[in-house]
Amino acid sequence: MPALVGTLSLALALALALYGGTAAIVGARTGRPRVVESARTAAYSLFALVVVANLAMLAALLADDFSLRYVASNSSRATPTFFKVLALWSADEGSLLLWNLVLGGYLAAVAFRFRARRPETFPWALAVMFGVSAFYLVLVLGPTTPFATLATAAPDGRGPLPLLQNHPLMAAHPPFLYLGFIGFTVPFAFAIAALVTGRVSDAWMRITRRWTIAAWIFLAIGLVLGALWSYSVLGWGGYWAWDPVENVALLPWLLGTAFLHSVMVQERRGMLKVWNLSLIVGTFALTVLGTFLTRGSILASVHAFADSIVGPLYLVFLTVVLLGGFGLIAWRRESLRAEATFDTPLSRESAFLGNNVLLLVLTFTVLVGTIYPLLAEAVTGGKVSVGSPFFNRNTAPVALLLLFLMGIGPLLPWRAASLSAVLRRLQIPMWAAAATAALLALAGAGVGAVVVFGLAGFVATATVAEMVRGVKAQRRARGLSVTAATVAAVSRNHRLYGGLVVHLGLIVAVIGVSWAALSDRSSEVTITEGEIVHAEGYDLRFDGLTARDESHRRVLVAELTVLDPNSGREVVRLQPSLNLYPASSEPIGTPSIRVGTPFNGMTDLYASLVTVEDQTRASFRFFVNPGIGLLWFGGAVMALGGIVAAWPSGPRPASTPGPEPVVERREEVSV
Amino acid sequence: MSGRARALGVLVAAVAVVGLAALFASGGSDSPGSIDDRVHEIGAELRCPVCLNLSVADSPSNLAGEMRAEIETQLRSGRSPEQVRAFFVDRYGEWILLVPTRRGLNILPWAIPIVGLLVGAALWIGFVRRRTPRDEVAASTSERARIERDLANLQEPG
Amino acid sequence: MTADRDDDRSGPGRPRSRWRLVALVLTPIVLFAVVLASGLGRDPRALPSELIGQPAPTFSLPRLDTGGAIDLGDLEGQVVVVNFWASWCLPCREEHEALEAAWGRYRERGVVILGVSFEDTDEGALAFRDELGGDWPLAADPDSRTAIAYGVFGVPETFVIAPDGSISAKTTGAVTYGWLTREIESALRDGNLE
Repeated sequence: MPALVGTLSLALALALALYGGTAAIVGARTGRPRVVESARTAAYSLFALVVVANLAMLAALLADDFSLRYVASNSSRATPTFFKVLALWSADEGSLLLWNLVLGGYLAAVAFRFRARRPETFPWALAVMFGVSAFYLVLVLGPTTPFATLATAAPDGRGPLPLLQNHPLMAAHPPFLYLGFIGFTVPFAFAIAALVTGRVSDAWMRITRRWTIAAWIFLAIGLVLGALWSYSVLGWGGYWAWDPVENVALLPWLLGTAFLHSVMVQERRGMLKVWNLSLIVGTFALTVLGTFLTRGSILASVHAFADSIVGPLYLVFLTVVLLGGFGLIAWRRESLRAEATFDTPLSRESAFLGNNVLLLVLTFTVLVGTIYPLLAEAVTGGKVSVGSPFFNRNTAPVALLLLFLMGIGPLLPWRAASLSAVLRRLQIPMWAAAATAALLALAGAGVGAVVVFGLAGFVATATVAEMVRGVKAQRRARGLSVTAATVAAVSRNHRLYGGLVVHLGLIVAVIGVSWAALSDRSSEVTITEGEIVHAEGYDLRFDGLTARDESHRRVLVAELTVLDPNSGREVVRLQPSLNLYPASSEPIGTPSIRVGTPFNGMTDLYASLVTVEDQTRASFRFFVNPGIGLLWFGGAVMALGGIVAAWPSGPRPASTPGPEPVVERREEVSV
Repeated sequence: MSGRARALGVLVAAVAVVGLAALFASGGSDSPGSIDDRVHEIGAELRCPVCLNLSVADSPSNLAGEMRAEIETQLRSGRSPEQVRAFFVDRYGEWILLVPTRRGLNILPWAIPIVGLLVGAALWIGFVRRRTPRDEVAASTSERARIERDLANLQEPG
Repeated sequence: MTADRDDDRSGPGRPRSRWRLVALVLTPIVLFAVVLASGLGRDPRALPSELIGQPAPTFSLPRLDTGGAIDLGDLEGQVVVVNFWASWCLPCREEHEALEAAWGRYRERGVVILGVSFEDTDEGALAFRDELGGDWPLAADPDSRTAIAYGVFGVPETFVIAPDGSISAKTTGAVTYGWLTREIESALRDGNLE
């Protein structure tokens, strides 16, 4: 029954996608608004049908309907309800259902957003989104459909992969990632629509600006959650392994960040039009590449769930997107000429261009590193690996340059800066950098720390100084209190202050990451019960094992007490565990973490249980990780900054059709 | 002018302080470090065969632990890091190295950041310097109104 | 007015003819697609063996099924099939029948099949043997020294060692009877030629 409902709704949705796309185009070309309206209705109905399909799968999971192969492979009677719900998207075929759900949601949201006033490009943008939906609906109905049935229903299911039912974070990570990936479809659709119709003014960027920022925020949160999951669940003490699927999730975020900066140059100066269009085509293409590499099982990765045969389909779609997108840009290149030039290297436009160049270099480095094993095998037949050390070494210098630009950029005005004004603004941040560097060097830090934290001091101070300047100007001009002045400043220029907050969040995260990279330490110890072992500046005492039987697994919990070596006092009691799942061979460890806070030196104490030799002897890995908490905090601040940047700022003018002159309109172009 | 010179002087001084600090900072231990550190260093560049993309140093799996023990034994018996790496490459192939060698086609992933930066710098310079004589003339006349407006904007925050 | 770049991914320069532009856009995309396509259908986990033709690493491993040890040096001149397996590995169950059949056919001719336990407990390994049968020698590999020496990265992996002590064949994944007979016969032939 669920299989029938699911398949039927998805098939109907596909039909609607095809109808909607056609209707939108026909209605636009023949000037018949009623036909376009029917396309909008089709969008709503498509979303409703995909919701039904998802609910059907959910029902099947909750009801233990093992006639569905997906349910039998990813759930079991013993699986807790929470993880049964999660099973909806924790495996390949099911996550495709979630993908279609989010895509349908965005489609309906776009249809809703433009229900009254709409730009002329709207029907074409809708058609593009229907096209993308159609592709993913074909995928979900194809050979790897989650609604495939077994000839005879299995008596019980195999249960989810142990790694995927270990932790509730699995709940949040994919949805946020998908909201981010798929969110970029909206600016892409409007960009294509602008190219097709020839209405290549900035309208497509302005219309979709908040959608783009929202997608960026979601993707950032999804990435941070992924890192958090890796750290808290996988037990290897790290949070980013440069796994191919981590990388392909990062790539669209990098390009998206570049895009968010360069659109401001186009809005202000009418430059970089081809650049921006190329960036959004590239960003969208990278999201397709991301799901392709994840599902095409081309690269072995934590995420290569199953052997799918949808690889060729993805490849065709990706090629169409790239050829179509860049082809359209090339076709329209005459109307995309710049209206101005850069005046001087010392301007915000130039800084943004520099930011874009560096982000592109980062993107290419990670992309080539990730794809290279494929290329090498195709050319030489041999297998090579490209892992963490390579990526760390090759991204760090560019990242540092980017940081520097992040500090300087907000200090530079648009068009041209007077050198003295810039130098004046640079003084305090430079002193902060010098002071930080000198203090660290005196305290015995290494070169890496001195450089990175000096730079961090520079950027943080410059960013805060900019915020303070704005608030002070409001106070002077209107005699407001500090709070009122802050509110006034922010509400006059959401994008600027939101951006500054994002920068601050990023610098906090960078401080955390660098601190951890420079100072983390770990060791492996084997301890007998009652014994005390010294490791990494702490005393560790193994206080025994307890076993706990849960419905879906057996958990062995070790009591590891961490003591202060000088006073003998207990610092924390950690409880790393090993989880034994019936269907799996090796147990999955769950680490135990004492989170770093400003009160305990911002240092995580992290223990994972490696092996249990017998009831009284166990091996642990013990990590002392400073600064990790700053990464999560910084990520949260970045998300907050994004929300500030995207916040609506009062009544907006109607989205009028036709080319717009690039005028500094305070409401729209407020940076 | 003196204001600018002063500001410049301040900046030079600040850069000098940072540079000196970096120079005098302890450049990390020059000694090779304990055997654990060296095992970790080599292990960080070897791929754990049974894991997905984790290094032998990071991986919590049994086999990785045994490989670390193997590395330690070899180091203690006097073999150099290159010999230890070669030992694993002889058995698992180049795949076991997390950092690809720079021979042959492998130079490509290494070259990208450098080439990218060079191309990027060229692009940046190209964009920023792009100017036709006609632009210069046009700028001086029709831009005046814009300059007035931009000056006014400069007073605003941001 | 000057024009922007047409395709920033393709480097500097402004193509003057339309066909140059088409080529500029088309070439990197097609190349990219071809590289990605080449990865389809390939098993990302299958590693070619470095050791084919090399002398087989020696070992002396404690026997699991009987007491004592088994030393590769003692088997010089014979064809040895070293099968790395584990009780928790599903394909190892699938290949058991093939190994048993090959053992039955070739043991008279001095071919030795040796099962080496990989990342497993002795109890688990013996329980596997009890459950599925077979009577070829089994050995434990403490600290996985031998597995590492052979470049094993998963189970099952099977090596065929020729009478001259070099590795003549290797496969990953469950062996088939056909592969075993083919490789054993080939190794026996090489032995007879010397």
